[in-house]
Amino acid sequence: MQLVLHVWRQAGPNVKGAFATHRVAANPHMSFLEMLDSLNEELAANDEEPVAFEHDCREGICGSCGIVINGVPHGPTRGTATCQLHMRKFRDGDEIWIEPWRAAAFPVIKDLVVDRSPLDAIVQAGGYITARTGSAPDANAIPIPKDDAELAMDAAACIGCGACVAACPNASAMLFTAAKASHLGLLPQGQPERDERALKMVSMMDAAGFGGCTNHGECEIACPKEISVEFIARLNRDLFKASVMAVE
Amino acid sequence: MTLESRVPSGPIQEKWDRQRFELKLVNPANKRKYEIIVVGSGLAGASAAASLAELGYRVKCFCFQDSPRRAHSIAAQGGINAAKNYQNDGDSIWRLFYDTVKGGDYRSREANVYRLAQISLNIIDQCVAQGVPFAREYGGQLANRSFGGAQVSRTFYARGQTGQQLLLGAYQALARQIGLGAVTMFPRTEMLDVVVVDGHARGIVVRDLVSGAISSHGAHAIVLATGGYSNAYFLSTNAKGCNVTATWRAHRRGALFANPCFTQIHPTCIPASGDYQSKLTLMSESLRNDGRIWVPTATEEQRSADAISEGERDYYLERLYPSFGNLTPRDIASRRAKEAVDSGRGVGELKNGVYLDFRDAIQRLGADVIGERYGNLFDMYERITGENPYDVPMRIFPAPHYTMGGLWVDYNLMSSVPGLYVIGEANFSDHGANRLGASALMQGLADGYFILPYTIGDYLTRIGSAPVTANAQAFGAIEEDVAQRTKKLLAVEGKRTVDSFHRELGRIMWDECGMSRTKEGLARALQAIPALRDEFWSDVRVTGRGENLNQTLEKAGRVADFFEFAELMCVDALHRDESCGGHFREEYQTDEGEALRNDDDFAYVAAWNFTGVGEQPELLKEPLAFEHVPLSQRSYK
Ligand SMILES: Cc1cc2nc3c(=O)[nH]c(=O)nc-3n(C[C@H](O)[C@H](O)[C@H](O)COP(=O)(O)OP(=O)(O)OC[C@H]3O[C@@H](n4cnc5c(N)ncnc54)[C@H](O)[C@@H]3O)c2cc1C
Ligand code: FES
Repeated sequence: MQLVLHVWRQAGPNVKGAFATHRVAANPHMSFLEMLDSLNEELAANDEEPVAFEHDCREGICGSCGIVINGVPHGPTRGTATCQLHMRKFRDGDEIWIEPWRAAAFPVIKDLVVDRSPLDAIVQAGGYITARTGSAPDANAIPIPKDDAELAMDAAACIGCGACVAACPNASAMLFTAAKASHLGLLPQGQPERDERALKMVSMMDAAGFGGCTNHGECEIACPKEISVEFIARLNRDLFKASVMAVE
Repeated sequence: MTLESRVPSGPIQEKWDRQRFELKLVNPANKRKYEIIVVGSGLAGASAAASLAELGYRVKCFCFQDSPRRAHSIAAQGGINAAKNYQNDGDSIWRLFYDTVKGGDYRSREANVYRLAQISLNIIDQCVAQGVPFAREYGGQLANRSFGGAQVSRTFYARGQTGQQLLLGAYQALARQIGLGAVTMFPRTEMLDVVVVDGHARGIVVRDLVSGAISSHGAHAIVLATGGYSNAYFLSTNAKGCNVTATWRAHRRGALFANPCFTQIHPTCIPASGDYQSKLTLMSESLRNDGRIWVPTATEEQRSADAISEGERDYYLERLYPSFGNLTPRDIASRRAKEAVDSGRGVGELKNGVYLDFRDAIQRLGADVIGERYGNLFDMYERITGENPYDVPMRIFPAPHYTMGGLWVDYNLMSSVPGLYVIGEANFSDHGANRLGASALMQGLADGYFILPYTIGDYLTRIGSAPVTANAQAFGAIEEDVAQRTKKLLAVEGKRTVDSFHRELGRIMWDECGMSRTKEGLARALQAIPALRDEFWSDVRVTGRGENLNQTLEKAGRVADFFEFAELMCVDALHRDESCGGHFREEYQTDEGEALRNDDDFAYVAAWNFTGVGEQPELLKEPLAFEHVPLSQRSYK
């Protein structure tokens, strides 16, 4: 199949970027990233700099990859990270627009690579259970109802790619934050720090330059793990409770 | 140089206790005077960095990804073993120990493996306390499954995302320490050399992958947790960034490399679909619990699977191994698949796979049950291949997956360079010549949470807490080395791309040092690799500059190291005149085609000392004694 790609090229954080147009031949069995690899091989052969993009596992689990494809984070297939998207989802002759995540909190480093370290900052602020190595009781000492464990796992499936931020009109990281807070808050081990966790994570989210959540729901649609916005409601309840407690 | 394994004396059950008692402790008030560098933030690195910081040490942690949470460990699917015996099915520390030594085909250190089995219990406790959402039964207790042919159910799992959940647990513990200021995290930073001063590891030289700046960091001790080297084959199930650079650079500075030819080829991966293929995807081994593996009996079979009658199918594993059938260990299942494809009976457009068929299981249990068990995996398969495994059999083929070899370490996990520790997949320690499923996660976390944090203190008390500064002369010289190497890569300005060289190297390794090896083939590889390496250094094209984010340059540096390392893998494979575990030398097999060990001559760890690029390395041997698990031929008939 023949494709026309419009790829965002930007040499560094403080320079202007622009789309560059390339024609490539692709095989429908290729993954999207393999299609970009082959573009890069061609560019390198012509002594042009390859397109910088992030990737590692190429199995949809590490959260490294993240490209806006035709205006949609991770492209056209729901529940699928960029690295798992295959070219059979496109048609011969298609034009494809390829851009980095766009969010104030994620400055572009180069081409399609952005700085997502503010997501780590949110976790550092409170996205954990304090359990010093060696201090744990027997793993079966506290039974956890299967349904709670399953729901916690649904939230814990977040890969931290940042698509939710890229999709949100406010560039909010609320789904990311809510997924972590819910994962831990649903488990008995997570109760002691639950209120504090919610407050600290959300205040770091604000401080790190993410927008607020106004319930657009675009994040859930973009999420490659289809994490539900219901976790946001859950976090909001925790926040409400925690701030009331704080006032008292 | 002699190899001192430092295994404590006494009964095997008491060795670790005894060692912990005998190791010197660092006075709690003094801990903050010590600085420790941890390179790597996978299960091993993140758990070590967090635990060391909790103890009060000052820690610097490095990884090349943009966040420590993205380390390759995140991709592990199947599960983690522990001898909890929650299922009351006869498991015990002794049984896990026994299975691991035997499964490793008697090429690991008994004392290390015993300790691993002991610690397995603490790991699960620790992970649950951190909030790892392991699968549960209806009563709320932890669920287990049997994995990789084990006779007991000792594997803990979190859907098909066990590695992700364990890593997030360790990452969150690490994040907490970063938030508290006890760990300084350096993401997007690649370690390119180790600094050894007066025979002790004293620091590392790194490149900031965004600015290109090269700098040094000094510390009282260095921990490498940089993962395995399966990407020497180019195509593997590992993440694209996995590399041998950190361990190879340490090897060049004096750390011995042990058993580099012990590599594991995983039997159930999706076959390549074309020559653009960039990596291979693992399909969980659990699929073999219900799927039946077969190829057509006829070569050059053109019909689709459903048109091939029962009598024209060869369920070769069931035929050859009636008692284990489709659940034979990884090395055997892989080799038999290769045989089937090599004999012209491969399936799929490229004839490069074998069928893994769920037809009978679906008939027996219903599509719902199968969907419940493997739905995620089926979806993943369909996403990649465009084929629906409920309707047509999956196609699978083996792929490089895990490397048992690694830097040599003693019982305390210290390499042959004092002050340089190696943990996780990067060391050679516990898996011998073959790793059992669900044991790598266990080992990485055992090393990081529960072994290294104790053993490192003993070394620290002996060297004292005088600050180590990175401005000594030794640091400057090595920084200069690293800078020159980067410049040299950019200056070649040849015509071939980095990937094209990596692919060609990978092809050589796969053909000659892959699933089965011969003396002639290895000799061929030892001719071909240096020639290709010379061509690399005269004809590679590395675009861009060194002073900013340059992914081509990063790759080129890693491939350059694979070129040197690949030769060592072949040297090791050639010297080991026996077959064991993942190392199958065609000359050494039983009449039935099984691996034939030579315990009289090869029951040792081969630890290689670097003598120069392209020079024959020096071989040191650590003899292995099997006092508790009697040597026997593995049999899965
Ligand atoms: C697809 C797949 C599935 C698997 N499933 C299972 C399973 O079910 N059960 C099981 O037990 N095992 C499994 N394994 C094996 C297991 O995942 C790995 O062996 C284990 O996670 C390795 O952990 P690690 O901490 O040693 O290294 P890694 O997780 O590979 O981490 C390496 C770290 O080192 C850093 N690093 C590397 N080089 C440098 C450098 N030069 N400079 C700076 N940083 C560097 C990286 O950034 C990374 O942080 C699986 C492996 C694969 C490939
Ligand atoms: S590359 Fe890991 S999620 Fe896409």
